[in-house]
Amino acid sequence: MNMIEVENINFYYGDFHALKNISMEIEHHSVVAFIGPSGCGKSTLLRLFNRMNDLIPNIRLEGKICIDGQDIYKKGMAVDSLRKNVGMVFQRPNPFPKTIFENVAYGLRVNGVRNEKFIAQRVEESLRDAALWSEVKDKLKKSAFELSGGQQQRLCIARALAVQPTVLLMDEPASALDPISTSKIEELIHELKPHYTIVIVTHNMQQAARVSDKTAFFYLGEMVEFSDTKKMFLNPEKVQTQNYITGRFG
Amino acid sequence: MRNRAEKLVESLFTISGFVTSIVIVLVVVFLFSGGVHLFRSPSIEHGYVVAVNADNPIDRLSPAELKSIFDYEQTNWQQFGGADEEILVFRLNDITNYFSEEDLGENFEFVSERISQLISENQGIIAFIPQEYAGENFSGKEIDGGTISLSEVFGGKEWLPTATPAPLFGLLPLITGTLWVSFFAILIALPFGLSVSIFMSEVASERVRGILKPVIELLSGIPSVVYGFFGLVVVVPLVQQIFNLDVGETGLTGSLILAIMALPTIITVSEDAMRNCPRAMREASLSLGANRWQTTYKVVIPYSISGITSGVVLGIGRAMGETMAVLMVTGNSAVIPHTILQPLRTIPATIAAELGEVSSGSPHYQALFVLGIILFVITFAINMCVASISAKHKNS
Amino acid sequence: MDDTIQYELKKNLTQKVAFGAVTLFSVAIVGILVVILSFIIIKGVGVINWEFLSTAPTDGMTKGGIFPAIVGTFYLILGSALFAFPVGIMSGIYMNEYAPKGFVLRFIRTMTNNLSGIPSIVFGLFGMAFFVKQLNFGTSIVAGSLTLGLLCLPLIIRTTEEALKAIPDSYREGSRALGATKLQTLFRVILPMGMPNIVTGLILSVGRVSGETAPILFTCAAFFLPQLPTGIFDQVMALPYHLYVIATSGGDLEAQRPIAYGTALVLIILVLLINLLATVVRRYFAKKLK
Repeated sequence: MNMIEVENINFYYGDFHALKNISMEIEHHSVVAFIGPSGCGKSTLLRLFNRMNDLIPNIRLEGKICIDGQDIYKKGMAVDSLRKNVGMVFQRPNPFPKTIFENVAYGLRVNGVRNEKFIAQRVEESLRDAALWSEVKDKLKKSAFELSGGQQQRLCIARALAVQPTVLLMDEPASALDPISTSKIEELIHELKPHYTIVIVTHNMQQAARVSDKTAFFYLGEMVEFSDTKKMFLNPEKVQTQNYITGRFG
Repeated sequence: MRNRAEKLVESLFTISGFVTSIVIVLVVVFLFSGGVHLFRSPSIEHGYVVAVNADNPIDRLSPAELKSIFDYEQTNWQQFGGADEEILVFRLNDITNYFSEEDLGENFEFVSERISQLISENQGIIAFIPQEYAGENFSGKEIDGGTISLSEVFGGKEWLPTATPAPLFGLLPLITGTLWVSFFAILIALPFGLSVSIFMSEVASERVRGILKPVIELLSGIPSVVYGFFGLVVVVPLVQQIFNLDVGETGLTGSLILAIMALPTIITVSEDAMRNCPRAMREASLSLGANRWQTTYKVVIPYSISGITSGVVLGIGRAMGETMAVLMVTGNSAVIPHTILQPLRTIPATIAAELGEVSSGSPHYQALFVLGIILFVITFAINMCVASISAKHKNS
Repeated sequence: MDDTIQYELKKNLTQKVAFGAVTLFSVAIVGILVVILSFIIIKGVGVINWEFLSTAPTDGMTKGGIFPAIVGTFYLILGSALFAFPVGIMSGIYMNEYAPKGFVLRFIRTMTNNLSGIPSIVFGLFGMAFFVKQLNFGTSIVAGSLTLGLLCLPLIIRTTEEALKAIPDSYREGSRALGATKLQTLFRVILPMGMPNIVTGLILSVGRVSGETAPILFTCAAFFLPQLPTGIFDQVMALPYHLYVIATSGGDLEAQRPIAYGTALVLIILVLLINLLATVVRRYFAKKLK
């Protein structure tokens, strides 16, 4: 069974038809990249996977999205536990105004974990998984704002990992970072892949090519093409895809 | 020509730009010049003297001591280090108890002589008489009341500005009154205001918020005298009934009204701060499985805490400076309150109630200006405090 | 796993309780406003008629109307507007268009904030010491108006500054690029665009002025005047002060009560009208700009 199954969805912001007839399947422990020009709907789709769009007024969704076999938009769905299961890393690093330790521990605490020993252990594991432990182990009690942008973003990844999600959504996680930090994040994605299903939205096609197994290309709310990354970049089926990846527009 | 006109207009702008600063300076200057001489004024009422028998060893008495004597609380000179002698209090209108009209003369021309005589005849006498009667051949000894002292004013427990022979300007009752009323007002307003700002920024839809916003604007627009009137006819009897009191004009009544009046400030400022919490913060929290309430109290409130603090501090400032409503509902008795269910009196209410009756330049007038200075300093400090909080917040 | 489900339940329950409580408080605050307004309206509506609005108090304030107080408040509004409107707007213009950014601007802004934080009774004290005594205006309309004008100055300055700040620099640059001077740009482009918000601020400041009592206690307000003022150095009666007087002092408090309710209602109506006007102006101009 696939990790994420999207069946025929249409999504509207008020009158604006933001996603049109999209269906896709994402396998366990794979990395899928969403690419496409700004406003094509790639971020919107990503944010449907953890129901982050719920916050926006006047939205409407048709169709069905299943994660781990569960229809996540069915009535009575526990949105909090869904979000615990589907972690997210945002475009810009957004650590809380708390200590480094408390940032990572946050997800555990809000989900009812009280055991401080367990929390400390999870914080360390998550920071190690996010390749940040060696840099911050001596200043866990310092404010997260003292870290550099790249470190902050890895902290946000550690924060997402701490609650042991099965899916990790990344919304242009490196767009606000310098090249060195970017390559660190990409390396990290490789290391995380065996344990998580990762969906990453990116502007950067080289990045998509480097990190992903499969790539979906979106244009004006439609999913133009969805196939193996290698195939997509070497031999795209559609002209639009070809134009986009060769940089003729977007 | 046109150039010169432009220059003129622009310099007008510049002058106007500094008008608030100029006003602040003027306020400081005139408040201080109105109140500065208080501590140089003699404490015995102007135009009067307090005199004792020439053999009495006492030379000086403080205003508080004078008051205790003239209120018959202290009746023996021993209390003040004098001889074991009963104190005989004499005021000018007691004179008919001692002398007949003939003694005093047809046009009261012998009053001065008679007083002098009375004082020399009574070892224990203390007399409070107009200065004109203590002329050249005066037999008594004038008591030195000293000048009004800083410690008597700021440490004094009694505010009796019209007491004779020496008025008492102890500020403690007024300061504690102000603090009590404001403290309880904020105690009431804080949970209320915080809840409403949480509701408006985190729970309400745009439509509901659109209803609440004007409600709060209206609450802040209602004149304080109308609040005072409402308090007088509705809250005062209510408090009296609920707590079974003799009078409903109490500190609590004032606090209740002040709480309502401080709410709009608290709500507007802290709601603003909470809405300024970046969406990315909220989303990060929600994406980790926190629900909206957890996000509110674990992320939004800590993030906007400096704004919320500013709102509360400004609310306190508003409450401390409020005049008319408090004047109308707190009963205005200048004693240090023991419970909040007691009448009390605040600094602004004192100024409002008494300034109309005092003669310009008298110690009482100056004392009221000192009260004004205190209020000014408090609110100035509060504003600077808020400014530094928000500046700090911007930096981090 | 059971633990997790339990915690989910608890979490949701806490949220329900917390959000329920804040909702309750918000309903209560609407309730408070409704109670205050409806109380005064119900008690006062029977008192208000043409005679009440157009005659002077008689019989030791127990009968008659509040005409002189209405006129007085009107004079005070007018007087303070004459002073505070131009000065406040010019000050706001200076702050946004001319003042050097950095220390000077910060200083002025701090001073303006401080001025707005000063309690109204301190304005009253200052007004008496400065306008009444030092400038020798006596207790008069001038002294009262100027005191009230100072009081509402910060509000006008702030709204003017905010209104001008909201106008993008591209308009200024566009106008200057066409050869207009800074002042021409200001009067032809910037001020007209900022006008709606400035006017809203002015209206709200009138609301503030019309309800203040403490600043006029010692600068202009009269307990009772048989005739209307004839010049700017006369004392006046004013609505808020009149309400204070008849609510708290006088020969026959009981007989004065209806008049007090009526006066309070007139004040409330004034405030409601002013707020309404401000909203209408804001909406009207907002639509027009679109």
